[in-house]
Amino acid sequence: MSKVVKNAEEACRDVFSGATLIFGGFGLCGIPENSIVALSKMPIKDLTCVSNNAGVDDWGLGLLLQNRQIKKMISSYVGENALFERLYLTGELEVEFVPQGTLAERMRAGGAGIPAFYTPTGVGTLVAAGKEEREFDGRKYILERWIRGDFAFVKAWKGDPFGNLVYRRTARNFNPLAAMAGKITIAEVEELVPLGSLDPDEIHTPGIFVQRIFQGSHYQKRIEQRTTRLTLTQKSR
Amino acid sequence: MPLTREQIAQRIAQEIKPGYVVNLGIGIPSLVANYIPEESQVMLHSENGLLGLGPFPLEEEIDPDLINAGKQTVTFVKGASFFHSADSFAMIRGGHIDLTILGAMEVDESGSIANWMVPGKMVKGMGGAMDLVAGARRVIVAMLHTDKSGQSKLRKKCTLPLTGVACVHRVVTDWGVFDVTPEGFLLVEYAPDLSPEEIQKNTEGRVLLSSSARPIK
Repeated sequence: MSKVVKNAEEACRDVFSGATLIFGGFGLCGIPENSIVALSKMPIKDLTCVSNNAGVDDWGLGLLLQNRQIKKMISSYVGENALFERLYLTGELEVEFVPQGTLAERMRAGGAGIPAFYTPTGVGTLVAAGKEEREFDGRKYILERWIRGDFAFVKAWKGDPFGNLVYRRTARNFNPLAAMAGKITIAEVEELVPLGSLDPDEIHTPGIFVQRIFQGSHYQKRIEQRTTRLTLTQKSR
Repeated sequence: MPLTREQIAQRIAQEIKPGYVVNLGIGIPSLVANYIPEESQVMLHSENGLLGLGPFPLEEEIDPDLINAGKQTVTFVKGASFFHSADSFAMIRGGHIDLTILGAMEVDESGSIANWMVPGKMVKGMGGAMDLVAGARRVIVAMLHTDKSGQSKLRKKCTLPLTGVACVHRVVTDWGVFDVTPEGFLLVEYAPDLSPEEIQKNTEGRVLLSSSARPIK
């Protein structure tokens, strides 16, 4: 059975209202652009979205926020999205803040069959509220649960028909972990290459974690903070 | 005169020893990179998945797939590596990062820090800060001594939701360098034009003076 689908619309066809969706990406870097645009055009709502960030007002998950398709966000940092902040403060959007490393590990745990794990992160803070605390070797830790999604959406640089993925630079970020945590993982790639053309040694995500794959198009790859050496020099003058 | 933001960064750069792996936060901490001597072979860690952060790119080097934790375009140095977020935070939580430098809204006498939330007002989230203060071997806070209303940010006890409990080792502000000790903030160095007594008087948290305190160089 082939995992290759034509495009994002076909890949996302059975995403349903109320589903839990996990997204790769950090800021706007390495986000599954095509899938998010496709989801924003579907009549689905009450989504729980797990993503380190929430995009910006008019791109990335900001598109789903604009449409009020998201009921709950599970994120670590949302400072770049003014709409998010407003929806949260007015109570229209439910938010669970998760420390970034805990979020990554919860996704990994979800994909690895580990239902919970202890971490020192967040001990004594709001994050620890209601969680089991336990001491190991004289230090306190809290128990965090895994995260698993009905669907996971990832973006890679190259992929093959089995779903093997290779990421580029810091666009890797949460993608390999999101890929592990989805019941159905949908991968979009800049370049879909024939089976056998990726060196098995260079594969970051083995295809077993991917159920659908397509070659995306019209990548914008927006930059949030365009910073150059020249502007830095100018600033310090 | 209190120190400028650049001078705070310059002073903090003295804390970085050759061969260190260092994570720099957003704001004043990010300026520290400008003052690390190249020959010290320091590797900068960026929690979005890069060890070996380089300077900002030239216009023609800009790559949207290559950013730092502040979402700024960056470059990488020789010997750099890329990895996913779980590996990145394994480095942090696992105690492999020698030093983290981050900003704060409040630090208190016990070394607890608050920098991620103002209830009902600002909700940006903690990002990687809670992991960094829990996992890095040494935690240094870089911040201005007072907030916009003139209130001391070195507190007896933090009033905002905490990022971490009893985790800060040293605080560098525009007024001075303070070590967190069981008795309070020990003034180690002070801005050249300020007097230690003045600093003590205008700080909410308990500041301890010592005869070995000296002006910041």
